Amino acid sequence: MRGLAVFISDIRNCKSKEAEIKRINKELANIRSKFKGDKALDGYSKKKYVCKLLFIFLLGHDIDFGHMEAVNLLSSNRYTEKQIGYLFISVLVNSNSELIRLINNAIKNDLASRNPIFMGLALHCIANVGSREMAEAFAGEIPKILVAGDTMDSVKQSAALCLLRLYRTSPDLVPMGDWTSRVVHLLNDQHLGVVTAATSLITTLAQKNPEEFKTSVSLAVSRLSRIVTSASTDLQDYTYYFVPAPWLSVKLLRLLQCYPPPDPAVRGRLTECLETILNKAQEPPKSKKVQHSNAKNAVLFEAISLIIHHDSEPNLLVRACNQLGQFLQHRETNLRYLALESMCTLASSEFSHEAVKTHIETVINALKTERDVSVRQRAVDLLYAMCDRSNAQQIVAEMLNYLETADYSIREEIVLKVAILAEKYAVDYTWDDVQGYAAKTVFEALQAPACHENLVKVGGYILGEFGNLIAGDPRSSPLIQFNLLHSKFHLCSVPTRALLLSTYIKFVNLFPEIKTTIQDVLRSDSQLKNADVELQQRAVEYLRLSTIASTDILATVLEEMPPFPERESSILAKLKKKKGPSTVTDLEEIKKERSSDMNGSAEPTPVNASNVSTPSPSADLLGLGAVPLTNSAPAPSSSGSLLVDVFSDSSSVAAPLAPGSEDNFASSSDLASSEVVSEEPADAVHDADELIHKFICKNNGVLFENQLLQIGLKSEFRQNLGRMFIFYGNKTSTQFLNFTPTTKPVDPIVDGGAQVQQVVNIECISDFMDAPILNIQFRYGGTLQNLSVKLPITLNKFFQPTEMSSQDFFQRWKQLSSPKQEVQNIFKAKHPMDTEITKAKIIGFGSALLEEVDPNPANFVGAGIIHTKTIQIGCLLRLEPNLQAQMYRLTLRTSKEAVSQRLCELLSEQF
Amino acid sequence: MVRELMQVVLARKPKMCSFLEWRDLKVVYKRYASLYFCCAIEGPDNELLTLELIHRYVELLDKYFGSVCELDIIFNFEKAYFILDEFLMGGEIQDTSKKSVLKAIEQADLLQEEDESPRSVLEEMGLA
Repeated sequence: MRGLAVFISDIRNCKSKEAEIKRINKELANIRSKFKGDKALDGYSKKKYVCKLLFIFLLGHDIDFGHMEAVNLLSSNRYTEKQIGYLFISVLVNSNSELIRLINNAIKNDLASRNPIFMGLALHCIANVGSREMAEAFAGEIPKILVAGDTMDSVKQSAALCLLRLYRTSPDLVPMGDWTSRVVHLLNDQHLGVVTAATSLITTLAQKNPEEFKTSVSLAVSRLSRIVTSASTDLQDYTYYFVPAPWLSVKLLRLLQCYPPPDPAVRGRLTECLETILNKAQEPPKSKKVQHSNAKNAVLFEAISLIIHHDSEPNLLVRACNQLGQFLQHRETNLRYLALESMCTLASSEFSHEAVKTHIETVINALKTERDVSVRQRAVDLLYAMCDRSNAQQIVAEMLNYLETADYSIREEIVLKVAILAEKYAVDYTWDDVQGYAAKTVFEALQAPACHENLVKVGGYILGEFGNLIAGDPRSSPLIQFNLLHSKFHLCSVPTRALLLSTYIKFVNLFPEIKTTIQDVLRSDSQLKNADVELQQRAVEYLRLSTIASTDILATVLEEMPPFPERESSILAKLKKKKGPSTVTDLEEIKKERSSDMNGSAEPTPVNASNVSTPSPSADLLGLGAVPLTNSAPAPSSSGSLLVDVFSDSSSVAAPLAPGSEDNFASSSDLASSEVVSEEPADAVHDADELIHKFICKNNGVLFENQLLQIGLKSEFRQNLGRMFIFYGNKTSTQFLNFTPTTKPVDPIVDGGAQVQQVVNIECISDFMDAPILNIQFRYGGTLQNLSVKLPITLNKFFQPTEMSSQDFFQRWKQLSSPKQEVQNIFKAKHPMDTEITKAKIIGFGSALLEEVDPNPANFVGAGIIHTKTIQIGCLLRLEPNLQAQMYRLTLRTSKEAVSQRLCELLSEQF
Repeated sequence: MVRELMQVVLARKPKMCSFLEWRDLKVVYKRYASLYFCCAIEGPDNELLTLELIHRYVELLDKYFGSVCELDIIFNFEKAYFILDEFLMGGEIQDTSKKSVLKAIEQADLLQEEDESPRSVLEEMGLA
């Protein structure tokens, strides 16, 4: 196209940006007039102008016309015109364009044309645009093209990848079916290009549908085996710089990473393959070209990933580690980078952790000498991953050393990592030392003529608590401490001043010798008559307290603050937020191991999201929050299902609720033995979910009623503990005999019309999905009666409301912005949309209802903390009603995906 | 997005590694004379092989244009697109064999010549 070439050289000859824009505008006007002109343009001209528009677009200018002409080109019979039309659409038409229907029509015709080249163009266009409308139109058709016997190889390849693209954008629209088994057999195809494309498709599909594609494992292993044992010339053009089919090898290794280690027979073969790949790494290179070594090492790294994923062959893991160790010293920066990265995952395997540790000196050296910050960053990650009790001191020292010269971009992360490691592995400090040290340090820092207000706050708090630990030193005597803090007082904001006033009253208790000085300050007009109510009140109250209270009372009131409750490390949460969940998972697991070691007990840990989110791709096999496949609790048999006592089943994670009367509610042995558990075979319980939904926002009511029995509930919850009164009422005039609820024994005889009451204590160990089940058995008139009801103990019961300001709310909201932390549900209102009822429900749900926080007054926002035994999980929620559509949008953000998910489910049922 | 990435990549020095983390993607880049080729890949994708993917594409361009240079790509940008389309599709590699890709392109060019042969030079001048 000559016109195009002329236009391009014109543009290139433009001396300035302005000249270029002028030339482009001239051309745009010309094209516009041609398109609008009376004379119908022939295909060639249309193609040329569309191509010019495309070029202008690629230069970075917006194009707002020409789409229709491009669509017209699609129906041309000339290949080049069609091709340019498709190119323009692939590059420029966004997925929700109104033209999609016309485009789809043209694609449909080309797919049906049986002309492989036209089919190829159409498939490319679908894959490049990949919109939902296209998926709706073609997701059913493409599998047929893919597996049809007479489809040409090149079309098969395109069809496979096109389907892959549609599956990525709209997985729900791609139907699984008979075609899947035929696609798996494409792994045996003669044509390596077809195998490559099919492997990509199968890998993505298998991640979501492992069962459907599990036969691909043995086929992939045999294919891989044939490739790695082939001579470099066997595969002709699929050999890349003496490496046989590197792309296909890597894809097959990726596919195998969707599955656990295969059966022994296949496994032996696979191990041979992996060993061959490791052996080849030791052979002298067949070419000096970088392409050769890159391709070879690409396969090697993927093989190592698979070895790490399987995490079952100690021999291979150690060999992998040694190989990576060699790369750590390689002259290629790329290899050093990848070796550090790969070793990081290897460090979390118990088989290779020790082997990784042997490379510590090299890694520390990398931290000091690498010239590329990306590589140094990887070195920091690896040091963090390989850190344990034995080398913590060295690693923390090296990281701190490095911190002084570290790049600004990674400093924050290093500080966080150092803090976590120090917190985790610190062994030899005693609290007094730390507190004294803190007091001393903060005292010294406060000497600076100008200090940040936050330092004043920290200083005020620490000296108020532990100032006595340094008061022996004449340089930091009580009076000096007080004068130092008070010298900052006037420069501070109200909240800080309020905090300082509290410090002063603490000083009165700690240092009676300066009591009068402090009273004078409190008594001064600037305090007692302060315009700020909070400050004034504090001054009045503290002054009064210091005057009338005896030393004993003062000492009790102003006792040292109790240690902060154990909760999820805020540093860890911050790092997690920075890096996504996978980086810290192993750490959390170690933490868990440690805590169970310390308790010396083998209490079952309820499955929660952090257990499941291992970095391996197989984690996707388990839907988060779903009951794990490994659950060994036997499902109740259908006939006698109600007889199965899940509470006393030894293989179930449920522990029996402890016997005991209400007055031992607080006794620790009682608490320890009653647990709320996360997994229960729920099959046996009929219509229980509806019952449970009634109780989500309230604690009292009738749980169950039939002709014989009524069960009433009264319950109360505080933090992670709860107490439930269960009332069993006999509605008949006949005695119930052998009356046995599984919670704990009660009087076995219930007279007609009588009511039996029992108390159950509840403790939330960890976040959970399913409610515990109450089974009841009794004899009524000679027949044995069985009942199972779910106890309405739901995660939200352990909510403590938290009030916060609008600013705080949105700041926290932003902090919880990773996709895993947020769960959203849009649903139709099931009840009339009444503001007051909605408010009551949110409060009943357990969170605080925050007024005047959301800029839109029609919305509801809430905040609270879920308390479990081990951690506390902060939760934010936002409910946006749409009166017109009678819909709600509910958004939950918490630091834990499973919790967001569960709370969202529970609350959605209420409106 | 392109502009931001350009700045990041251009700021890097020759001895640095060819991978960099960018937002939640990894960018793999390679420099050929004054041209940079960049690919954005996801976490589990293989970095080294992506580097070779770039190389294979450059080889394909080279073979097609005969020692390719920047101008070839500018003036025949649509061809560069077609070659890329034959090689990659929806972000996945379609065929790694140099021969099959080039065969597909040659076939297409043949069709193009059939299309255009009846057009006279004069006619073309007139339209341009």
